[in-house]
Amino acid sequence: MNGIPMEHGLLLSVTLFVLGLIGVLARRNLIMILMSLEVMLNATGLAFIVAGARWGQADGQIMFLLILTLAAAEVGVGLGLVLQIFRRFHTLDADSLNGMKG
Amino acid sequence: MVMTLFYITSAVAVFATVMMITRLNAVHGLLYLILSLLAVGVLFFLLGAHFAAVLEVIIYAGAIMVLFVFVIMMLNQGQKTLEQERAWLQPGIWIGPSLLALILFIEMLVIVVLGGSADTDHVVNAKQVGIALYGPYLLAVELASMLLLAGLVGAYHLGKPMLKTTTEGKS
Repeated sequence: MNGIPMEHGLLLSVTLFVLGLIGVLARRNLIMILMSLEVMLNATGLAFIVAGARWGQADGQIMFLLILTLAAAEVGVGLGLVLQIFRRFHTLDADSLNGMKG
Repeated sequence: MVMTLFYITSAVAVFATVMMITRLNAVHGLLYLILSLLAVGVLFFLLGAHFAAVLEVIIYAGAIMVLFVFVIMMLNQGQKTLEQERAWLQPGIWIGPSLLALILFIEMLVIVVLGGSADTDHVVNAKQVGIALYGPYLLAVELASMLLLAGLVGAYHLGKPMLKTTTEGKS
C-alpha cells in the first residue's frame, strides 16, 4: 500500500484549492486572477492524482491530462482577453471593468 | 522517508501559494507560482505518477508560465521598461524562491540517491497511462484535441489588434 495516506493528500489539495479561490476573490489584478485560477486547476489535478495513486489505476493521471489540456486552452484564451482588455481600457483592474454595453 | 518528503513538499507548496496570492507585483507572484507548481510536481513523483510529474514540469511550469511572462512583458511597453525590470529583479526578491527551489532540489537529490527506497510501491507508469488513454478514453483524447483547437482559434482571434475597429463598425 502507498505510504502516503489519501486523506492528507486530499487535505493538501483542498488547501491549495481554497488558497486559489481566495486569490480569485480577493485580488483585483486580472493577471493575478488568472494565476490563482491556475492554482485551482492544479489543486483539482492533485486530487485526481491522489485518488489514482490510492487505487493504483491510470484513470487519475488521464483526468490530470485532460485538466492540463483545459488549463492550456483556458490560459491561452484568458491571456488573449487580458491583452484585448488592456488595449481597450488601459487598465487591468477588474473593478473598473464592471460596465456593460447596451 | 516518503512521508517526511511528502510533508516537506506540501509545506513548500502551501507556503509558495500563500506568497503568490499576497504579492503585489505580478512578476514576484509568478516566481512563487512556478515554485508551487514544481512542488506539486515533486508530490506527483512521490505519489508514483511519474508521467504526470514530468508533464507538470514541462507544460505547467514551462509552457503556461512562459505565456504569462510573455503577456506581462507585452503589457509593459514603454520607455520606462528598463527601470521597471530592474526593480522587478532586485537581488532581495530572489532569496525566497531560491530557498524554496533549493529545498525541492535537495529532495530530488535524496530521492535519486536513495533510489528505490524513497519510491512508493504503487507506481502507475507511462505505459499503463498510454494504454488506457488510447483505449477506453479515446473519445476524451479527441475532445481534448477539439478543445485545444478551439482555444487556438479563440486566442488567435482575440490577439488580433484590429478587433476594436471591426466591432465598432458593426455596432
